[in-house]
Amino acid sequence: MNRFLLPLAAFLVVVGFLAVGLTLNPRELPSPLVGKPAPAFSLPQLHDQAKVFSPNEMTGKVWLLNFWASWCGGCKEEHPVLLHLAQSGEVPIYGVDYKDTRDEALAWLQQHGNPYPLTAVDEAGRVGINYGVYGVPETYVIDKAGVIRYKQIGPLREDTLQAKILPLVRELQKQ
Amino acid sequence: MIPEIGHYALILALCVSVVLGTLPIYGAAVGNSMLMSVAKPAARGQFLLVLLAFCCLGYAFAVKDFSVLYVASTSNSQLPIQYRLAAIWGAHEGSLLLWVFILSIWMVAVSFLSTHLPEAMRARILAVMGLVSLGFLLFMLTVSNPFERLIPAAFDGRDLNPLLQDPGMVIHPPMLYMGYVGFSVAFAFAIAALLGGTLDATWARWSRPWTTVAWCFLTIGVAMGSGWAYYELGWGGWWFWDPVENASFMPWLAGTALIHSLAVTDKRGGFKAWSVLLAILAFSLSLLGTFLVRSGVLTSVHAFATDPKRGLFILVFLAVVIGGSLILYAWRAPRVGLGGGFSIVSREGMLLTNNVLLVAALGAVLLGTLYPLFLDALDLGKISVGPPYFDTVFVPLMTPAIFLMGIGPLAQWKKANLPELAMRLRWAFAVSAATALSLPFLIGKWTPLVSLGLMLAIWIVTTSVVGLRERLAHADGSSLMGRLAAVPRSYWGMLLAHCGVAVFIVGVTMVKGFEVEQDVRMNVGETSTVGGYTFRFDGVREVKGPNYIAAQGTFHVSQDGREVTVMYPEKRRYNVQNQTMTEAAIAPGLLRDLYVSLGEPVAGGAWSVRLYHKPFIDWIWGGCLIMALGGVLAISDRRYRLAWRRKEAAVPAATQMARQTVS
Repeated sequence: MNRFLLPLAAFLVVVGFLAVGLTLNPRELPSPLVGKPAPAFSLPQLHDQAKVFSPNEMTGKVWLLNFWASWCGGCKEEHPVLLHLAQSGEVPIYGVDYKDTRDEALAWLQQHGNPYPLTAVDEAGRVGINYGVYGVPETYVIDKAGVIRYKQIGPLREDTLQAKILPLVRELQKQ
Repeated sequence: MIPEIGHYALILALCVSVVLGTLPIYGAAVGNSMLMSVAKPAARGQFLLVLLAFCCLGYAFAVKDFSVLYVASTSNSQLPIQYRLAAIWGAHEGSLLLWVFILSIWMVAVSFLSTHLPEAMRARILAVMGLVSLGFLLFMLTVSNPFERLIPAAFDGRDLNPLLQDPGMVIHPPMLYMGYVGFSVAFAFAIAALLGGTLDATWARWSRPWTTVAWCFLTIGVAMGSGWAYYELGWGGWWFWDPVENASFMPWLAGTALIHSLAVTDKRGGFKAWSVLLAILAFSLSLLGTFLVRSGVLTSVHAFATDPKRGLFILVFLAVVIGGSLILYAWRAPRVGLGGGFSIVSREGMLLTNNVLLVAALGAVLLGTLYPLFLDALDLGKISVGPPYFDTVFVPLMTPAIFLMGIGPLAQWKKANLPELAMRLRWAFAVSAATALSLPFLIGKWTPLVSLGLMLAIWIVTTSVVGLRERLAHADGSSLMGRLAAVPRSYWGMLLAHCGVAVFIVGVTMVKGFEVEQDVRMNVGETSTVGGYTFRFDGVREVKGPNYIAAQGTFHVSQDGREVTVMYPEKRRYNVQNQTMTEAAIAPGLLRDLYVSLGEPVAGGAWSVRLYHKPFIDWIWGGCLIMALGGVLAISDRRYRLAWRRKEAAVPAATQMARQTVS
């Protein structure tokens, strides 16, 4: 083979890998919590401070737990997807308002719409630590027994929702 | 209105680049000088248009026009003006505009400084650069338009990432881009030479100063990035082998190899195909760097803006530009022919070995950077490659390269005599070996790596002294001053750049070998001693900046009971993004830096504090600066200035000739 072709060949290999790399998400780390029971917590609710929310109230249902904040840009991005999903009524989405102030969070929901039947307030971010949240938004799929089945890091997109999350939810609901 | 003018200017620039990228190349191929002469005015016109766009964006930032999406997302009304202007390159879209702007600066420079080149050559060079800018302009106008409007306008902006609100960040990206994009000139020269089939020593002579200037900028740019990481990230490290750092380091390695290979092509006519390949490689790696930073294929602390759609565009662009050049190379380079033969023990032989080592180091860095991606693509799991890998492969590759760096300049071209070389260098070797073995004992601790590092550094300096002495002995002139003046500046430049490497190595060696780091919890009034310096923590108070509130600690530092300095590290909370930044306090010194950064407040007014004593760390960046100065000195050499004068004399003659032919 012509040795002058070698650089081109090497380059083509690299391009091939880069092309595959583009379809992957380097931030998608397998969460150690997948397959484990969702960490318990008891947090005040956003709309009614006197009441608390705790995940064990959801036992027997398949549901999504979404960490968000009014200061988070990615949350705005995924918000239409959440609203759409909430409208379809396919699966309930519960929110955790993460490291945020109550007023700003309420104003944010007022402005952008509220997909959550209920939002809990994690002002200090302690619950987020237990869930291994390292950036909002993050979304967890939790099954009827309260076990985390899937973790989405970063904004939820319509295609991931259709391809991964909804099929998983439907399967879990059948169980 | 102003942003629309900027947008329009970009569209016009795109049109001009289409003309610039096609007509002159075609003209050069068929020998039509009218088409070739389009290149110069087109390059200048494109520069003016991009300049206009750049100013429009700067204006939008200056007047806080938050109806421009990019302005609204990277600045804020509280942001001071210098950072608002630096925010032009604070995120993706503006960085691209800066890229194209700098490319057009280089194009204009070529158009003015290339009058001594044959017209076909100049036409091809400018056209190749035009094609590159075409790709970037298209990229901007399709998926990353900095002038996109936000309607209704935002009430206030989302602010510049606080990490970037720093004087270093104001100049680091332009410097780095001057270097990155500067390699496009060497690249364009190489492609033009492949297209024209005239790859000779003159080609190398023309490429050399351009390559060296770009290399100087890149050296400064990379060093500044490293310095920025040191004082801004608050970890006290100066190099993390982060993918984006590697992305800037790889073109530097390729550029360094290119400079040395061009020297051989220039002086001896050898290494032609190799020089061309390196020129392509250096620029390709600059493009790859852009791809890695902008596409989000790799995670990195630097990945400020990522978007797969853009990634796809850059990948296709990369494939076209690099793939196209490599096809051209495979097709044309075999006809280039070889230079004169040489024995392995000769200056060519050593430069070749050096080149191979540099490229091998480059390959190792590239492999380490892309390895996580390779594994992920093959579904073999997620890993990250860190400093242990890079340190392990880098030191053994660079050690022989630096050893050769001492010998190479003293060896004869073509064939050198090994025993004779050994005789000439025996003192240099003895001095460096003896000092390297004994010096660490004097400092207090002997480790093999410290000894090796010092030995290499001293070796570079002593061999440089030997080389200079021999030069002076052979130079004309009776007085020492006269003989010193007779030594060409390019030689001084080389010596200086090599000594810069020595200074750099001393810095790295001393920091790695002797730095002291302490993580302590300190109550107000408590003291802690690091590296002979006693730090007394005098509490934290609140200070207000223009767009942040900071907790500022006070540390009184004393040595042997004498107060040395007072240091004020800060923990800043930026209002808009609600983000906390650690602003370390650094007391720099020629022989050591003291470095204090605040951690988190602990109960009762106590803070967790990080204290460092970093010996010789400023030598790392000082060394880089000296390398760059060496490059500057080399291009100020007489022969380049002579080339100017000859050119000035030659132009009227050529014009006269042309006139005669016409009449």
